[in-house]
Amino acid sequence: MRSFIRYLLPSCAVILLGGGALWIATDGFRAFTEEGARRLYVSENQPAMPLLVLEDINGDKLKLVPENKTPGKVTLVEFIYTSCPTICKSAGSEYARLRDKFIEAGLGDRVRMISVSFDPLHDPPSKMREYAMNHGADGTIWTIARIDARDIERTKHHFGLRVIQDGMGGYEHNAAIHLIDRTGNLSGIFNTDDVNGVLNTVWNKFQ
Amino acid sequence: MNPERLILSFAVAGICFLFRESLEADPMTHLLVQLPVLTISGYLFVIGMGGKNLRITERLANAFSLVAVFAILFWMLPRYIDATLVNPVVELAKFISIPVLVGGSLAVGWAKSNPFLRGFLKANAISMLGVLAFLYIHAPVRICNSYLLADQERLGFGFLISAIGLGIAWAIPLFSPPPNELHFQSSQ
Repeated sequence: MRSFIRYLLPSCAVILLGGGALWIATDGFRAFTEEGARRLYVSENQPAMPLLVLEDINGDKLKLVPENKTPGKVTLVEFIYTSCPTICKSAGSEYARLRDKFIEAGLGDRVRMISVSFDPLHDPPSKMREYAMNHGADGTIWTIARIDARDIERTKHHFGLRVIQDGMGGYEHNAAIHLIDRTGNLSGIFNTDDVNGVLNTVWNKFQ
Repeated sequence: MNPERLILSFAVAGICFLFRESLEADPMTHLLVQLPVLTISGYLFVIGMGGKNLRITERLANAFSLVAVFAILFWMLPRYIDATLVNPVVELAKFISIPVLVGGSLAVGWAKSNPFLRGFLKANAISMLGVLAFLYIHAPVRICNSYLLADQERLGFGFLISAIGLGIAWAIPLFSPPPNELHFQSSQ
């Protein structure tokens, strides 16, 4: 029996150390992908968002977070580019459904929803207006805005946004709904179709 | 010491390093060419240094094989595949740890490991590749943020072909007659 334990000892040590390393590397087997790690980090740390100034469909300036950080509305941000033929379109219709749910729940005046274009070069206000019309964003609760070209890298860094070219003139990116709370901190990231998850979280923030 | 093998080892690792950008641009060449070639580089280095003749017991050989398994598991995590492409420190860690922990450990330990452990690990390697193939082919979202959905699907088929290839390569010896039987047949 003792010799059997002696035989297994080095292997058991490697299994313990290797398992421990994998445990640490995956935040306790909770995040196996970069996207999972990003969401976990945000939910645990709620990082402050930069004071970005966007340009909306009318060409007006739009602040991403309230400048003086006084509690105001929560802000939902999704990233898009208006010529996106696939995921942004379905995300857009989910966003419209979410807006309708907020109105039904009486939260219409507590929420701002912004679809933010990360492709300002190809998305002037006219293209954003067209996108808004096609998706039913009237600018009251939900509007479309673009990042200043100089802020793209900063935005990608703070949100953990990854954009890659698809080789056909478009992009693939980690599509999600980002919830910025009333004090300007990023407090949650949701799948674009997780309408109920977003609604419940926002609802709880105002209870 | 075998200088030819050492030179070959460095040449192979050097090629992987010099062409890293083009190899890493496509997940197929990143995971199914660069990582195995880095493993071979470490394997050749240790063999070239005479590592195969190291007098180690089976219990230590088993541990070395398991070190390789955990290193492979780590570098199969999509999170760290992504990280190598954006973080030079992680990239460097990959170029060091795969030759040392996978190639080197296998060179030292694999042949002397318990045959049951080797069989178990081979069966698990095939099934793990099969699971990865299913996951990468059918996942509706990108598993690695750095690669396109279509490339991810191709990688899934790459995993599938690798699983089939390894399965065949490891199954063939099971159907060939054992050496003593060959000897018996030739002497008749």
